[in-house]
Amino acid sequence: MKKDIKLRRYHSPVWSEPVIMEMGHPGERGVLVPEAEEEIRATVGEAESCIPANMRRKELPRLPEISQLQLLRHFLHLSQENLGMDSNIELGMGTATMKYSPKVNESLARSPQMTEIHPYQDERTIQGILEIMHKLNLFLTEISGLDQFVFQPSGGGLATYTNACLFRAYHASRGELEQRNEVITTIFSHPVNPATANAAGFRVINLMPDEKGYPDFEALKASCSKRTAGLMITNPEDTGIYNPRIKEFVDAVHGVGGLCFCDQANANGMLGIARVREAGFDACHFNLHKTFSSPHGSFGPGCAAFGVREELAKFLPVPVVIVDGDQYHLDYDRPQSIGKVREFFGNIPAVLRAYAWILSMGAEGLLEASQVSVLNNNYLGKQLMTIPGVVKYYDQENFRMELTRFSWEKLKEDTGCGAEDVQRRMIDYGVQVHFMSHHPWVVPEPFTPEPCESYSKEDIDYFAEVLRQISKEAYTDPEIVKTAPHQATIHRPNTAPLHDPKKWAMTWRAYLKKRGGSGLSEL
Amino acid sequence: MTQRKLGLIVNPVAGIGGRVGFKGSDGQEILDRALEMGAIPESPKRTIEALKKIVSLKSRIEIITYPFEMGEDEVRACNLIPTVIGSIRKGATTARDTQNAARDMLMSKVDLLLFAGGDGTARDIFDVIVDKIPALGIPAGVKIHSAVFAINPQYAGMMAAEYLEKGPGSVRLCESEVMDTDEQAFREGKLESKLYGYLKVPCERGMIQDVKMGSVAGEEASMDAMAQDIIDNMEDDVLYIIGPGTTTRAIMNKLNLEKTLLGVDAIHNRQLAGRDLNEAQLLRLIEGKKARIIMGVIGKQGYVFGRGNQQISPKVIKQIGRENIIILATMNKILSLNGRPLLVDTGDAEVDSMLCGYVQVITGYEERIVLKVTA
Repeated sequence: MKKDIKLRRYHSPVWSEPVIMEMGHPGERGVLVPEAEEEIRATVGEAESCIPANMRRKELPRLPEISQLQLLRHFLHLSQENLGMDSNIELGMGTATMKYSPKVNESLARSPQMTEIHPYQDERTIQGILEIMHKLNLFLTEISGLDQFVFQPSGGGLATYTNACLFRAYHASRGELEQRNEVITTIFSHPVNPATANAAGFRVINLMPDEKGYPDFEALKASCSKRTAGLMITNPEDTGIYNPRIKEFVDAVHGVGGLCFCDQANANGMLGIARVREAGFDACHFNLHKTFSSPHGSFGPGCAAFGVREELAKFLPVPVVIVDGDQYHLDYDRPQSIGKVREFFGNIPAVLRAYAWILSMGAEGLLEASQVSVLNNNYLGKQLMTIPGVVKYYDQENFRMELTRFSWEKLKEDTGCGAEDVQRRMIDYGVQVHFMSHHPWVVPEPFTPEPCESYSKEDIDYFAEVLRQISKEAYTDPEIVKTAPHQATIHRPNTAPLHDPKKWAMTWRAYLKKRGGSGLSEL
Repeated sequence: MTQRKLGLIVNPVAGIGGRVGFKGSDGQEILDRALEMGAIPESPKRTIEALKKIVSLKSRIEIITYPFEMGEDEVRACNLIPTVIGSIRKGATTARDTQNAARDMLMSKVDLLLFAGGDGTARDIFDVIVDKIPALGIPAGVKIHSAVFAINPQYAGMMAAEYLEKGPGSVRLCESEVMDTDEQAFREGKLESKLYGYLKVPCERGMIQDVKMGSVAGEEASMDAMAQDIIDNMEDDVLYIIGPGTTTRAIMNKLNLEKTLLGVDAIHNRQLAGRDLNEAQLLRLIEGKKARIIMGVIGKQGYVFGRGNQQISPKVIKQIGRENIIILATMNKILSLNGRPLLVDTGDAEVDSMLCGYVQVITGYEERIVLKVTA
């Protein structure tokens, strides 16, 4: 029963909003801080005297001076010029697992019990936080089958780096680190796996996919040797294909004395269905800001949970939360720990949100989330395969997991419009661009949607219809696709300055220095 | 979009030998025989297929080409208006005309030189332009062993359009092999390919830099990293035989040694031990010494041994041993294989068989990729 899907007539607001640093006037204030009373000043002295002399500024900071109404308006304008998670259908952003971050958890994250604490506080005064860390740890041990989790890594890359450091520590403790200098990974695993293994000092051995799209098992066997420190692999990979021989992979690496780590960025299709422990893995990580609903990106921050088997827990970064009766402690007394991978013990607001989310879902809810994600993805997949120009690489018959790697290769061949062109045109329909692929692009003109459990059937149908429309345009009027976007905030940014060391700037000060204060006219 | 200049050269006789079973069309005699037998030239048709993909840019590009069958006819057949330069004898063009055309286009400062033909045409064009301007081949010959050709005419057109649209500097150029096949030997059933040179060709796949996707190490950076890896792991008193190509050249560059781009050199204790060596010289050098071979990979085809490096003969390989062979390739080159394995064809079945199996190919500093080698 085919319903007619009406595509929205979208146009992004254009505010030509300046940068905040260019706004306001000297003396303008949003908040008038009350002066201390005479008596207090007489007792304590001036406010500056509370700040150590060597930390006192010589000049006032060059912060914008602006009132509340103008400031509010400014940030609202900026938000309106973006396509964000809350305002559009983000299911195109595969591997990021763009699920709904429940707003109710924001009231938790913003409560004073969260915002008014400090990581250097005595642990006796943050028992609630430590309890939450411990209990989230327990949830994740249940989900993964492993034994101990920590939350110090701020994201997936830092988690895989933590793992590489743990591989190092483990083999060093057995006097085999010099001999074991290789880490095996696959070309479809997230690039942080080879990158962090390399950064930790290992030689990286990459495996290509076979014709079915599974990592080449024969190549793995040929790569396992006494030089193997371990395996770092994402499963399912970014193609959405679950490696059915994963246990054999793990066994092969164990067989030569290596450890096995599973990058679980793509865990959303497996909760309550498969556990890494049963496949034999020794360690894994989860992205709390993906699978477990903590917000992404600048509304983040991110947080990755890194977990290991009992025998490896002694190498975990410190501190680890331990329980003693009804008291929680931050355990720093771990002589074989790899040390710290980051300051303090984790982005706790993310831990808090993940904990709250799991509680609200329950075990049945997690299972349902995974089942719905896989169902949604395959439902979308069937629709996409009817769109002219779309090609699916590797396995054509079996279902994929919660995401699928497609290709616009045929569209490019027939019309000259490729993945990047489609991306730019999607914005004209008020839909976020689809994720293409991590590098290297083994699949040409790639795109990887991931309609997780937050998206309704209508959302999925709409997304597919947008792509169908763009395909139609490419075949009949390719110019409109090639010159997109037409209804976005800006047409196409000139990204050349971002590659030029003489022009790029991470701070306003650097920007002024390099541009001579000429404003943003060049972008 | 700024106005861009596309140079177009069509070799009107390329591919003419194919259908009638001649393996190429070098030489007037062969050409006459082919035409007598009713052969129909392939390149005009292929050129038109390619040009169809550029038609949408017509207001923004100037197509500079040679008269009649060397490009003008094909451009007009697509309802485009060419800028015609040079002069030819209609119906009687030779390699000399291809070279004249290439020279004229070089002087006209075209942004991209698109040519239709085979390995021979690529060779003629390379002789003139070397690496001075980017070029791209529309495959229209019988001998297509060079990596400078797109996989089909449509792709050639699309790649040219993309390059012209995005502009020089926005699309990366890859040094791609021009192979020279001995046609006479080919007819006698022997395939003897020689590495002739490198043209700068727009990179095909998604290794294009885009700030949204994060940066990818460029070819030069990759090769530099691979070279550093090799040098850091170089042992004293071991003779290193360095195969031909741009990837292996990076090693010599890092050691401040000059590389014979199309030939085989040798290094010992980081000093040059031999230049442009033949089989006999190689065998003498490795006599009684511990030796290793460092090889690159021919793009698109994936040949490691057997194309353009016959000096490294089966005898040399056997003496050095499989475990002492080091292979380098950039990710770009590996992706150009499209999932196909690496190939060897030394001429000796026993040696070929010894080389087959899985190998670790160096792709960066302390980075390897596992690929299959078949014969």
